[in-house]
Amino acid sequence: MDTMRERFISVTSQVLDEDPRLALVLAEISKDGFRPAQDRHPERVINVGIREQLLIGTGGGLALTGLRPVMHTFASFLVERPFEQIKLDFGHQGTGGVLVSAGASYDWPAGGFTHMSPGDVALLDTLDDWTVHVPGHPDEAEALLRHAYAAGDDKVYVRLSLQSNRTAQPVDGARFLTVREGRAGVVVAVGPMLDDVLAATEGLDVTVLYASTVRPFDDDALRAAAARGTDADVVLVEPYLAGTSTRAASDALVDVPHRVLGLGVSRAELRRYGSMDEHTADHGLDPAALRDRITAFLPKA
Amino acid sequence: MTQTTAQTTYGYQDLGPLMGLMTGDEKHGPAATSTLDALWVLYDRVLRVDPRHPDDPGRDRFLLSKGHGPMAYYAVLAAKGFFPVDWLEGFGGYGSPLGHHPDRLLVPGAEIGSGSLGHGLPLAVGSALGLRAQGLTDPAVWVLIGDAELDEGSNHEALAYAGAAGLDRLHTLVIDNDSTTHGWRGGIASRFEAAGWSAATVDGRDHEALHAAFTAAHPGRPHAVVARVEQKN
Repeated sequence: MDTMRERFISVTSQVLDEDPRLALVLAEISKDGFRPAQDRHPERVINVGIREQLLIGTGGGLALTGLRPVMHTFASFLVERPFEQIKLDFGHQGTGGVLVSAGASYDWPAGGFTHMSPGDVALLDTLDDWTVHVPGHPDEAEALLRHAYAAGDDKVYVRLSLQSNRTAQPVDGARFLTVREGRAGVVVAVGPMLDDVLAATEGLDVTVLYASTVRPFDDDALRAAAARGTDADVVLVEPYLAGTSTRAASDALVDVPHRVLGLGVSRAELRRYGSMDEHTADHGLDPAALRDRITAFLPKA
Repeated sequence: MTQTTAQTTYGYQDLGPLMGLMTGDEKHGPAATSTLDALWVLYDRVLRVDPRHPDDPGRDRFLLSKGHGPMAYYAVLAAKGFFPVDWLEGFGGYGSPLGHHPDRLLVPGAEIGSGSLGHGLPLAVGSALGLRAQGLTDPAVWVLIGDAELDEGSNHEALAYAGAAGLDRLHTLVIDNDSTTHGWRGGIASRFEAAGWSAATVDGRDHEALHAAFTAAHPGRPHAVVARVEQKN
């Protein structure tokens, strides 16, 4: 199986052939994979060098002329470093584009904290009207990328990762999916967290929702799932900063008494290298730790 | 200026009074703003823009990056018919589309919203690339920045790339009123020339010199015009 980033390269190269409105802006990262597409479309595949403010500004300028820009690099350099460009060169200008990141929260633990971006989704949450896709499998990445490219002038972030579930879900770019039904609580698994959440909740009387599109948040799905149970108790398991969607879940349940536990990547720097599995365990996100934390919060499960 | 609603054409001599509508200072002279002469020469003699067709894909693009002090810009846009002159009096008010920094969604003829420095040149690079990618090789893209705005690193990302990429439809107008704290040793034009741009430095109050610099040929290279005006007080 290819990785999400490899799928991004193949799918985007194909859509560049088919859709004359699509344009890709790179800042060195993934340039080798896109070289054939760049040879075919030298005016719509643009590598600006290691210049992330220009990466976003160039995309903003392409959008002003009516193109659909796709901007790509590691999440920390795509969202965190040029954040004000994202805020002003798209939202404030009234234009749209597609941000596609690699690297996620700790895809390269040996690279250390400089290449980790657990806060990207929380940062985008300070802006209005960004769609955020967090695919959990390369096939989902393909579906969500195609969805994003065809989404008119919407502002869309697609967060790719090396973390992946074993099988793809039939994602539609909008709704949460109900993977398991129960009555003692609702566990929302985001993107690549699904396999570990299913393992952690094996045999528990909980509903498991699967979210590959987290913004806009599927309020209806969460309300319906909460209404099926005895209490509106919700656990969010996200592959980025813990608590990122706590406010969204709480807003969805504003009309009913509810409790929300936000699990995800911890705020403190670990200052550790090593492997993705080691970091998953350190953040308390492996199946055993998840089960302990979920059952402590949902004692009736 | 004759203050009648029937007046439909405005000249350079009207710009001071038009700015006076915004500031309440009837004696507003052109020298009170660093950008006025360069803006007037661009809009009066260089840019191919039509207020009746502000969205024409083939129009030239002018991006005001230095969004601070936009009175001269608004005066020129009003004088050229992009919006009614009577909008000017509301400048900065809650119900006015004319803020102290322009918003492209509110101001007809404004290609970008600006105010935060260092955004215009990267947006202009993307605009030049986007027009070229759609086969629109004729429209020129202009961006106005200030000499102190050039402090922002994003400009240097853009000017280095644009020179290397040979974006010959891209033009940068630097209004140099010597307002940067640390200065530009070797001169502002040298920064552009070192990056592969064509560059000219002219008196920013001399309309003929500005016009000549704006219309100079620069095959295969982007073009910078440094317009020097009086030092900011």
